[in-house]
Amino acid sequence: MTVEKLKEKLMLDAVVVPDSNREITGCYIGDLLSWVMGAAKTGDIWITIMSNINIVAVATLCDTACILLAEGVLVDEEVKQAAQERKINILSSKKSAYTLSTEIAELLV
Amino acid sequence: MTETVKFHFTVDGENFTMAGQASVAVKKNLRQLGISPEIIRRVSIAMYEGEINMVIHAGGGEADVFVYENMIEIVLTDNGPGIANVELAMQEGFSTAPDQIRSLGFGAGMGLPNMKKHTDFMGIDTKLGKGTKITMRVNF
Repeated sequence: MTVEKLKEKLMLDAVVVPDSNREITGCYIGDLLSWVMGAAKTGDIWITIMSNINIVAVATLCDTACILLAEGVLVDEEVKQAAQERKINILSSKKSAYTLSTEIAELLV
Repeated sequence: MTETVKFHFTVDGENFTMAGQASVAVKKNLRQLGISPEIIRRVSIAMYEGEINMVIHAGGGEADVFVYENMIEIVLTDNGPGIANVELAMQEGFSTAPDQIRSLGFGAGMGLPNMKKHTDFMGIDTKLGKGTKITMRVNF
């Protein structure tokens, strides 16, 4: 499933989506960045409430398909700009990480 | 063994939000060299953790990456306070990072363990009050 498709299906908000055709192959939830780096896999959609600029670097290095900000978390303009430059997709939703992951699980089966 | 390519970066210790620039640049350079994505992932994650450590604990430092025929070597050198107890620092969950760093999502005590996990070799040469030199190798 592509990032664009998932965004439509779950009615997620687009923060920046420079690579909308990126394929999502799994899902990981975490806010401790080192933990995420040790565990998130290439192609995962990464659900987090962490919103500082370092999330862009972590997503770049882990090669996750998309960052999904849960609980209505907002990011600064600086983060959006960095994500755009590095072709990192960022979506957001008011739902909790738990709710989002159950919905994603149904779609990824 | 022939050394093919070499990259050097200065890691700015003042600007935490810019940390990771060297790792991201290395990732891009390695991709251009045609190195496999899995190797690149391991190298760049290990290097990013090292870079973050230098920013948090040592006020920055120097990062060198050497690409050999069958191996990539990352050497991180700083003039920070050194690591008092390497064995303890290597334990998952042990951290001396300040609260402000934790609020940014780091300082979980996973940095050094992650670096070891993602590399085939990691050596720590540290002297209290002098600094730390970390050498990591990823074979391919």
